[in-house]
Amino acid sequence: MTEILSVKQLTRNFGGLAAVSNVSMHLTQGELVGLIGPNGAGKTTVFNLLSGIYPPSSGTITFTRGEKVRELGGRKPHSICRAGVGRTFQNIRLFKDLTVLDNVSIALQPNEPNSLLASFLHLPSHQSAEVRIREQSLELLDIVHLRDKAGELARNLSYGEQRHLEIARALATRPTLLLLDEPAAGMNPAETSGLTDLIAWVRKEFDLTVLLIEHDMSLVMRICERIYVLDHGIVIASGTPTEVQANPKVIEAYLGEEVD
Amino acid sequence: MSNRYARIGVQVVLLALVYGIVWALINAGVIDDYIQATMATICINIILAVSLNLITGFTGQFSLGHAGFMAIGAYTTALVTMEYPTTWGFLGGVFLGAILAAIVGFLIGLPTLRLRGDYLAIATLGMAEIIRILLLNFDFTNGAAGLSGIPSFVGWTWLFVFTVGTIVLISNFLHSSHGRASISIREDEIAAESVGINATRAKTLAFTVGAFFGAIAGGLYASYFYFIKPDLFGFLKSIDILVIVVLGGLGSLTGSIIAAILLALLQTFLQPFPELRMIIYSLALVMIMIFRPQGLMGSRELNLASLTRLTRRGRAAEGAS
Repeated sequence: MTEILSVKQLTRNFGGLAAVSNVSMHLTQGELVGLIGPNGAGKTTVFNLLSGIYPPSSGTITFTRGEKVRELGGRKPHSICRAGVGRTFQNIRLFKDLTVLDNVSIALQPNEPNSLLASFLHLPSHQSAEVRIREQSLELLDIVHLRDKAGELARNLSYGEQRHLEIARALATRPTLLLLDEPAAGMNPAETSGLTDLIAWVRKEFDLTVLLIEHDMSLVMRICERIYVLDHGIVIASGTPTEVQANPKVIEAYLGEEVD
Repeated sequence: MSNRYARIGVQVVLLALVYGIVWALINAGVIDDYIQATMATICINIILAVSLNLITGFTGQFSLGHAGFMAIGAYTTALVTMEYPTTWGFLGGVFLGAILAAIVGFLIGLPTLRLRGDYLAIATLGMAEIIRILLLNFDFTNGAAGLSGIPSFVGWTWLFVFTVGTIVLISNFLHSSHGRASISIREDEIAAESVGINATRAKTLAFTVGAFFGAIAGGLYASYFYFIKPDLFGFLKSIDILVIVVLGGLGSLTGSIIAAILLALLQTFLQPFPELRMIIYSLALVMIMIFRPQGLMGSRELNLASLTRLTRRGRAAEGAS
């Protein structure tokens, strides 16, 4: 199995606070890995480092896609996205005042580059690119069951639908590695179960490697093959779900120390 | 596809009608020089507002420097037409000015567009002031006295061509992947970056395109009104343009057009009451902002499709009652 993501000694300081310190992790092709930990453990900071929203203070992030091996640390988010890392956000960041269709189209269009002249004059090349973008966007909306809402503004979708749209938008960037930040937050058990199936399905269909942050343990335990546990910016445990569940350090991080 | 060509056809016919009717009225003497000057102001303000709306309304980058780009266009056109007083000289001057302004916009946009909100506003304000001060101090711009006796080549035809051209090109730009990238930055810059939009590139592009068309408005101004001086392109001019954009609605091209026309008409009707003019004008702005804080049009557009929808809804309502 090829390793597609290799994180070594990743550290990020905010002033004097080490939000993430010396985190090392690796993902192999096709894996579905969970990143869990108590609130404030630094999980989202790890995602923001991986997706380039902050540059790392130190450490390396090596991403492999096919033959190409790239160092992601210090790159801008758009460059990391185009390298093949897609992500969603914990606090939903859709383009709220645009239509559902446009939300996906915007993520798709870097794959359909168009010259400035063609855009100004709406030349035939622009028209055909628009048609392709539209068709592909609708296909992606089909997957997350939002095709019939393509013309609605994103802000008018229900919470669960917005989370689905975020996934469709991330898929539109054609990633090989998908980072999902609490995809089930705020969903009821039925929705969570549907989402779990969806994640499993897109992973197969798009041949993805997935790293997900989640608090909903039913989802994590059901689909994650491996888990990293983060606490106070440090990886305190890793392994299969059953190994992690039995790890005393993990129990301590979540529930506190046992009293003698 | 045929639907698209039909739509374009209808638009072309409508535009030709507007052009023809106004042309006939001018030739028949119904539209006098005074009304013509008001129409020139309206056309120039439309170009300025539409191009600033691209930067501020659609891309979400608050710019207070649009008069600077206008100045570059005005002075370039003036100097070129004074040297080559022909229609080709005028057109050459306008395009040279537009290209110069685009280059300045690009060079200034690249570093300043990293700033956000009010910081960017101050930086663009500074840029426009630098341009004004330079024009004030160069010899070839004739300092504070400005340039007068600029040969005029601008009549209704060029005003119409440039105004419609600007609206069509900017509207096309907005309805393309480049335009969607700009709008996504206004909506959420971090999310746009995370889906592969190069925010710096998209913002600089919008700023450059806006500068280009802003300068065209300046060129038309110089050629229509014979006379320019640095003071005309000061801070207040930038504010005037911004007022039109905000009033029409940030993110609505038709809003900018409607606001440019309404404000010019308001100014004209208030002409007989000089002492009350500014008070009423300002009061009107305050009232509109209180009752329509999102601007006259919000971020909606008025076009053939929305008009037919409206009439259909009207008919449906009649049918129901």
